[in-house]
Amino acid sequence: MERNLCVAGFGGQGVMTLGKFLSQATCDSTDMNVTFFPSYGAEQRGGTANCFVVISDENIGAPVADKMDDLMVMNQPSMDKFLNTLKSGGTLFINSSIVSNDIGRDDVTIVEAPVTELALELGNAKVLNIIMLGVYVGYTGIIEPQIIWNTIEHKLGSKPKLLPLNRQAFEKGMSIGVAARK
Amino acid sequence: MERVFMKGCEAIAEAAVRAGCRFFAGYPITPQNEIPEYFSRRLPEVGGVFIQGESEVASINMVYGAASTGTRSMTSSSSPGISLKSEGISYCAAARIPMVYANVSRGGPGVGSIQPAQMDYLQATKASGNGGFKMMVFAPATVQEAVDMTFAAFDYADRDRNPVLILCDGVIGTMMEPVVMPEMKGDAEIAAIKDGKKSWAAIGHELDYAKRGWIQPGNWSTAVMQQGNEEAAAMYDNWQKNDVQVEQYKVEDAELVMVAYGISARIAKTVVDKYRADGKKVGLIRPITVNPFPYEAIENLNYGQVKTILDVEMSIPAQMLQDVSLAVKGRCPIETCLCSGGNIMKKEQVMDAVAKLI
Repeated sequence: MERNLCVAGFGGQGVMTLGKFLSQATCDSTDMNVTFFPSYGAEQRGGTANCFVVISDENIGAPVADKMDDLMVMNQPSMDKFLNTLKSGGTLFINSSIVSNDIGRDDVTIVEAPVTELALELGNAKVLNIIMLGVYVGYTGIIEPQIIWNTIEHKLGSKPKLLPLNRQAFEKGMSIGVAARK
Repeated sequence: MERVFMKGCEAIAEAAVRAGCRFFAGYPITPQNEIPEYFSRRLPEVGGVFIQGESEVASINMVYGAASTGTRSMTSSSSPGISLKSEGISYCAAARIPMVYANVSRGGPGVGSIQPAQMDYLQATKASGNGGFKMMVFAPATVQEAVDMTFAAFDYADRDRNPVLILCDGVIGTMMEPVVMPEMKGDAEIAAIKDGKKSWAAIGHELDYAKRGWIQPGNWSTAVMQQGNEEAAAMYDNWQKNDVQVEQYKVEDAELVMVAYGISARIAKTVVDKYRADGKKVGLIRPITVNPFPYEAIENLNYGQVKTILDVEMSIPAQMLQDVSLAVKGRCPIETCLCSGGNIMKKEQVMDAVAKLI
């Protein structure tokens, strides 16, 4: 089984970090194959950023699939650009604070989370990616939450005072994701 | 062995350090900046030297100089930067200096696009500079292969006293994958490797003029020059006999055989699996060394059974196609499946190309 994810948003929304945490955790704590492929281009501040994660129990071919199983959009331009790459029956994760759920498709499942607002409520706009990561893990169950958390903890090791905030953000996201599953 | 999650470029640099590389000079260019960046941090930790040269030309010549002392040395760049280095690479080949370099190639020609491509095949395998020299050229299809090849490249370079090229594309360079790193060579082993080059290296021979190292990228004597070229040519022939590396995937009964290297091969392989699941007889030949090229593997296919060869590469016009044609010798049609300009080959495109031929 192979699972393809595209994460897209503004530069600065932590899109790459989100993808890296997920793939790093998969590498560290499972024997699955995993690839992380960042978009790179002549981007500028305020531009779009996106990355691709493939997790599989078989050899992975292209690190960028033609069609995505899961698409995570953090801003409207990303929705416009990537919606057509989401396969029929796929799951769309929306930052509903700033992205419209009116997508003109009824063949995909939409999971909404107002991560920009929630991050501000938690007191730091930067943790929106950790909330969304929580939503993804909570909804898909693709990997044990504790494994992801270990990776986040390890990566933030040099900034221990940020851990409680990120823990809150991750748990907030998890609860939204788990609730959306039912 | 513990697997670590690493970006291709960083993994190449770490593998080089573990192989005993203690000198790197380079100049920034996308998509390989993480190679010099990693070396800049890592080499001082192991007593090595990192230099960001003022240009590509300066960097390759610093590598030429450092490698001339027997120190394992490396540089890297991306397509147009490699072109700038080609003079120095030719000098290293002429002077028979072992060094390793990586081309994390992108769309071309010219400054091209910064996205991944496989458009430097002919440059890499046929003419990486003036004068008709050749090198062993490795084409990794995974980050793990990039690691293993870089680690081994220094041994090949020393064995042959010749440059070795790691030819990867921007996908291999920028993607992250789990890798298992080879054991780090110890200081004693690295010193012994350097000692083994005493007979020719420019390290000062007790101020004895007759015994000093004499590194020359050419010779005014036409007889000496010809002799050097003959020796090099014999070495190139030996590679073809002894050093070809190729993966043959489900070709025994195949009626359609794809030929692809690097990232394209990886994608083609998944297409083979997809068609095999439907009972379709599709196979893949993947050159692992693109020089020496695995002519024999393609030449020895059963052309009573193989109906078509499909050349899959991220280059327009096709380049490896020339080598494939040399091996097929007109015994069956060769079709192509190509993309270019920085677009990554899509599985769907390869699926469609195969569908038209079976």
